[in-house]
Amino acid sequence: MTEVSNEERRGWMGVLARAGAAGIEARLEKAAPLPPHTRLRGPEIGLAMLRGRAGGDGAPFNLGEMTVTRCAVRLEDGRVGHAYLAGRDLRGAELAAVLDAALQDPARRPALMEAVVAPLAAAQAAARAETARKAAATRVRFLTMANMR
Amino acid sequence: MYVAVKGGEAAIANAHSWLAEERRGNPAVPEIGTDQIQEQLTLAVDRVMAEGSCYDPALAALAIKQARGDLIEAIFLLRAYRTTLPRFCATLPLDTGEMLARRRISATYKDLPGGQVLGPTFDYTHRLLDFALAAEGAVPPPAPEADPGEDTNCLRVTAMLAEEGLMAPEEVSEVEPGDVTRTPLSYPAGRALRLQNLARGDEGFLLSMAYSTQRGYGNNHPFVGEIRQGEVTVEIVPPELGFAIEIGDITVTECQMVNQFDGSRTELPQFTRGYGLVFGRTERRAMSMALVDRALRAEELGEEVAAPAQDEEFVLSHSDNVEATGFLEHLKLPHYVDFQSELETVRAMRAAAMHETMREAAE
Repeated sequence: MTEVSNEERRGWMGVLARAGAAGIEARLEKAAPLPPHTRLRGPEIGLAMLRGRAGGDGAPFNLGEMTVTRCAVRLEDGRVGHAYLAGRDLRGAELAAVLDAALQDPARRPALMEAVVAPLAAAQAAARAETARKAAATRVRFLTMANMR
Repeated sequence: MYVAVKGGEAAIANAHSWLAEERRGNPAVPEIGTDQIQEQLTLAVDRVMAEGSCYDPALAALAIKQARGDLIEAIFLLRAYRTTLPRFCATLPLDTGEMLARRRISATYKDLPGGQVLGPTFDYTHRLLDFALAAEGAVPPPAPEADPGEDTNCLRVTAMLAEEGLMAPEEVSEVEPGDVTRTPLSYPAGRALRLQNLARGDEGFLLSMAYSTQRGYGNNHPFVGEIRQGEVTVEIVPPELGFAIEIGDITVTECQMVNQFDGSRTELPQFTRGYGLVFGRTERRAMSMALVDRALRAEELGEEVAAPAQDEEFVLSHSDNVEATGFLEHLKLPHYVDFQSELETVRAMRAAAMHETMREAAE
């Protein structure tokens, strides 16, 4: 089953993990109904140990834990979907897992990408861009008084 | 010694009822929501997550509400909750070089690539009480925005120094780090365990230890090479997938302290670093951690270990405020039997001393 590359899957899984149940549900209203699924594992809440690196680029160390929700589901066509997301969001994890399975189906993928993943990705990119713009407004400009427009 | 006692159930239940009433305060005043704590007391939430060693803003906000704002009590609650959850995995090491920075400053270079980005800081505020905040309903205008240009990803200051050979490189290693939550500390603990311990250590303790190095207890002349604060992506490699996925972003603060190192017979003089990495926006904590990390590297760098902040066992075994609170507060639990035997001992000693005095007087 090489219907989808790991890189593509990684892309939508990252977007869905950040979206949360409310974000995904709002987008699903404009999409075809999700296929029925059975739960293989979870959704369940646990922890991940976050690691950092000494000096930022040295040996790894354990920084502290974070809550994580995960879920695995199977569709009737046998496709298995997984989700891991930061925080506690059982519904969000289950929806993300079902979407991960459905998105692996080339017949469903284009519509789901357009209705769900692409708009969520755009909203997340816009939020990041806004943060970057606010940060840029607090950038100190030394010795550039003469050049100020 | 503490000996278990029975009884007092009704008194305890009534005390807890009163606690719940006191926690709520005057019912004529609207109740505070955990969402309000999460959104408006963000630095308290950050501290509880860092020292509770569990990144979850909503849980930290709940803990703060339940603890009536006692942050050490809230940290205790969060630590207790985390023990009820299974650990799924460890993440890939965070790449702070790829941070979406809200703040990034250096005290060593004025014009550095990426520039000095102040971010939402208390620095340069006048520390005058703002009575406008006491009135409700004011929504501040949105912060100004500017074109970020191409400088959004910033080269590390330590990397700039390393290019010239002026910064001691970090050890290159992928060794699985030890975990203080799984194995009790033994000494020497090593840098990975020290960093974990400091990352969850009490902020006041870290600040005092760091301050002691500045005042001369452990020779240390630090510069803030760089502080950066913002969102970093968290990645894991689930075994069932076999490739890395992003599970979200967390806010962290990183501090690179740059310290002079005189060199040794085998090494030329160069700079060394102390490292701080903490959950949230707790910059004071990141700076303190970096100073204490550098102080604790004294032995490794061939420096004399003379001050408390350089003593690994002293620092690591006293940094945890949940442990410290537990040992301190157990003193208020009933020690009746223990004290009874002390009473008898003191009475016997007094009787013996008085008997001796009377006998001397008689002679």
